[in-house]
Amino acid sequence: MTPDTLSKPALRAPAKAGLWGWINQRLPVDSFMRSQLLDYYAPKNFNIWYFFGSLALLVLVMQLLTGIFLTMYYKVGAATAFDSVEFIMREVPYGWLIRYLHSTGASAFFLVIYLHMYRALLYGSYKAPRELLWLFGMIIYLALMAEAFLGYVLPWGNMSFWAATVIINLFGTIPFIGPGLVEWIRGDYGIADATLNRFFSLHVVAVPLVLLLLVALHLVALHEVGSNNPDGIEIKAKKDAKGHPLDGIPFHPYYTVKDIFGVGVFLTLMAIVVFFVPTFGDLFLEKANFEPANPLSTPDPISPSWYFTPYYAILRAVPSQRLGALLMLVAVVSFFFLPWLDRSPVRSIRYRNWISKVFLGLFTISFLALMYLGLMPAQQPYLNITRIFVVPYFAFFWLMPFYSRMGGTKPVPERVNYHG
Amino acid sequence: MGRASIGRHAAWLLLLLGAPLALAAEPAATGAEGGTAVKWEAWRADNSVADTESLQRGARNFMNYCNGCHSLKYMRYQRMADDMHIPTSVLNANLVPPGSTNLDYITSAMPAADAVVWFGKVPPDLSLIARSRSPDYIYQYLKSYYSDPSRQTRSNNLAYPLTAMPAVLSDLEGVKAAVFREVKSGSGANAISEQVFDHFDTISPGTLTAEQYDGFVRDTVNFLDYVGDPAQVERRSIGLWVVLFLLLLSAFAWALKKEYWKDVH
Repeated sequence: MTPDTLSKPALRAPAKAGLWGWINQRLPVDSFMRSQLLDYYAPKNFNIWYFFGSLALLVLVMQLLTGIFLTMYYKVGAATAFDSVEFIMREVPYGWLIRYLHSTGASAFFLVIYLHMYRALLYGSYKAPRELLWLFGMIIYLALMAEAFLGYVLPWGNMSFWAATVIINLFGTIPFIGPGLVEWIRGDYGIADATLNRFFSLHVVAVPLVLLLLVALHLVALHEVGSNNPDGIEIKAKKDAKGHPLDGIPFHPYYTVKDIFGVGVFLTLMAIVVFFVPTFGDLFLEKANFEPANPLSTPDPISPSWYFTPYYAILRAVPSQRLGALLMLVAVVSFFFLPWLDRSPVRSIRYRNWISKVFLGLFTISFLALMYLGLMPAQQPYLNITRIFVVPYFAFFWLMPFYSRMGGTKPVPERVNYHG
Repeated sequence: MGRASIGRHAAWLLLLLGAPLALAAEPAATGAEGGTAVKWEAWRADNSVADTESLQRGARNFMNYCNGCHSLKYMRYQRMADDMHIPTSVLNANLVPPGSTNLDYITSAMPAADAVVWFGKVPPDLSLIARSRSPDYIYQYLKSYYSDPSRQTRSNNLAYPLTAMPAVLSDLEGVKAAVFREVKSGSGANAISEQVFDHFDTISPGTLTAEQYDGFVRDTVNFLDYVGDPAQVERRSIGLWVVLFLLLLSAFAWALKKEYWKDVH
């Protein structure tokens, strides 16, 4: 099959008979699939960075399904939650598998999303006309952070309890309304049964609904503007006689079969973690969370899950808690402004000059270093090292209007680079 | 054991696919400088939950020496017997106490109110101790008791100083004295003198040799490791097939992709 034969009218059943035809006369199943998969042309030069969007969708579905089954046995409540998780791990047939899939899935979600976002940084995928696509993605990232935090509290282990205490207390740094807001969020004077119940409600109903809606919007926006590619050029600029992009190929079957391979590799790695190292050396499931929540005993050190530690490191490095919380917020929100901070005439890092490469490189190292530092105890020398890495982190974003215009660019090709 | 060897740092690096942070410095181990000093912090349990006979001995040890005070409230007798291939008749005759049935959870007969009077606290449930601490920690704990006449229990512990638990295994291990040496640092007004553990001296031998006691502790730790995550042996054996299947699937998916993409130039 070639792109041409696929789009020949003969292969598109005009009006099928039978039940399928009956349905299609009333619901545009066939035409929707055709327009979104067969007639959706994606650039043919996608590389390994383009696997992570579909993988994120896979992990989302996996988390929803395993979450549904966990909810059947999980018993929300300060007196029952911890015991019910152990019941799932020990007495529900294959409960351990469902639970480890869900806990590993949370980390896998962030790994995949971080790589997905990094792809956008590499190839300038956030630049016009994809600003709204990027913003929807960033809101998904925020919702995902909320979802992960809420879910982390549910097993009601000691780290659940203290993570909730630390994170919710951050809202107390907001001037005037802070203390009242914290109490309103908790529903009690401390993290307690009421808090756990509302976190459960938000984790299994509210945030997943928001996530699904946002993912739908993200995909609609993507299919409207079309995918970017590693060369950062518009494939729609060069079309054949039929109006199809010369450098484009139908998403189905080309990228569906390619993504199946990506899914295979991803699931293999996922299975290695789930079946052989589900705690992943204290990173995916922490030791302190195998003790029930105890308001009288603080784990030492309190550290969030690895995917939050870059921001946590920034929070701790500032001596004032209020300023630290503010800087942490800015560290996350900075991503939102990228489409307007980037003034380079080209999208892809391939055709940018060394200045942009140095800034992106320093940002990459800083993000990973901050991630590591956030896992270390809040003491020297870690705090001072954090303060050093904060500088290139923010410089990447807020000096971008200047450095992205400096020093010219390499010539951008007319057509994408593809070596079949 | 493989799981224990994957430390926080190694896993973190693995996670980031070899990120350029291998240079991150690990604080040097705080071992004693003396050549003969016993480095108990470096002791490893080296247990294997796949060793069924070791688990059976560990279960016996636990029921005889630990269960008087400690419960395993998430564990049923029968589940344990099934996983360790212990016939129900042997289970009922030797491991299930009078008043309990093989389907009950493993509780302790000690009333909590009495425990508080006797020990100052209720002895903790040990279902998850191997997960919330680690098998290595339990191993170090059970091997680092020493005589301390200043305490009510007349014993103390290196891994858990001022532990409320008496040296209940001293009949087996014997009684040890801990020999400390003085380490001075700083000078003048900042001079600090610290008592640092150096080695053990035997006060009186136990009924087991050092080697036998080591095996006793290792079996017991192994049992607690199993209790912390009873599905782990099954998990690993299923996992092998799942990973092999997924690798095969990936290989076919790659071949399929190749076939379709022949047309793309």
